Amino acid sequence: MATEKTMEPLWWGLFSAGGVVAAFLVPIHIILVGFAVPLGWTSDTGALYHIWWVRLYLFVLIVLPLYHWAHRFYFTLNDMGLKAISKLLAVLCYGGAIVGTLVTAWILLKI
Amino acid sequence: MSVVGPDPGKLYHRKMPATWWLTNPSYFLFMLRELSSVFIALFLVVYLCQIYQLSQGPDAYTAFTQKLSSPGWILFHFVALLFALYHSITWFQSSAVVLPLRIGERAVSRSIVLALHVAAWLIVSVIVLVLFLALKS
Repeated sequence: MATEKTMEPLWWGLFSAGGVVAAFLVPIHIILVGFAVPLGWTSDTGALYHIWWVRLYLFVLIVLPLYHWAHRFYFTLNDMGLKAISKLLAVLCYGGAIVGTLVTAWILLKI
Repeated sequence: MSVVGPDPGKLYHRKMPATWWLTNPSYFLFMLRELSSVFIALFLVVYLCQIYQLSQGPDAYTAFTQKLSSPGWILFHFVALLFALYHSITWFQSSAVVLPLRIGERAVSRSIVLALHVAAWLIVSVIVLVLFLALKS
C-alpha cells in the first residue's frame, strides 16, 4: 500500500507529460506517416532516423504517450467494472508501458 | 503501522452496470476521450514497427511504407487521427481550466487560453513538418 502511494505522483507525472506530447505532436505525425508518405504526397527513405537527435525525439514521442495510455486505460477498465482485478490491470497497463519503453529504446539503438 | 481510513471491505459500493457510459451523451464523450489514448498508442506502435524495418534494410522500410497505402491502413490512420485530434482539443480545454493564466490581477478567459494552445499546436506542427521535409532525404 505504501509503495502504491509513493508511486502515484510518478505515474501521474508521466500521464500528464504523455498527454502534452500526444496533444501537440501526434496529429502531425499521423498525417505524415499515415497519409503523406503512403499516398505519395512526399517521399521518405528513412534517412532522417539515423540522426541522433531525431532518435532522441522519437523516444520521447513514442514512450511518453504509452504512459499516458497506461494511466487512462487502467482507470477506464476499473470504471467499466473490472475493479475486482485492478492489481492485474495495473501490472498489464503500467508493465506494458515499461516493456514498450525498453523495446523502443532497443529499436532506436539498433537502427 | 496503523490503518488509516475505514476497512475497504465494509464500505458500501453501489453496483454500476458495465454500460453506464452509454446512458448519457457526456459520459459517452468521456469514454471516447479515454479511448483516444488507445488509438494514439496503437499508432505509435505501428510507427515503431515502421522504424524497426530500417534495421532490415532500406527495401524492407520502403515495402512497409507502401503497405500502409492499402485502404485498411488508411482507414486505421483516419480513425487514429480523429481520436488524436479529439485528444488534442480536450487536452487544451482542460489545460485552460487546470492552468489558469493571469496577467497582473486579471484572469485571462479560458477561450483565450484555449486559442493560445491551439496557436502553439499549429506552430509546433508546422515546425515538425518543415523539419521532416528538410531532413527526409
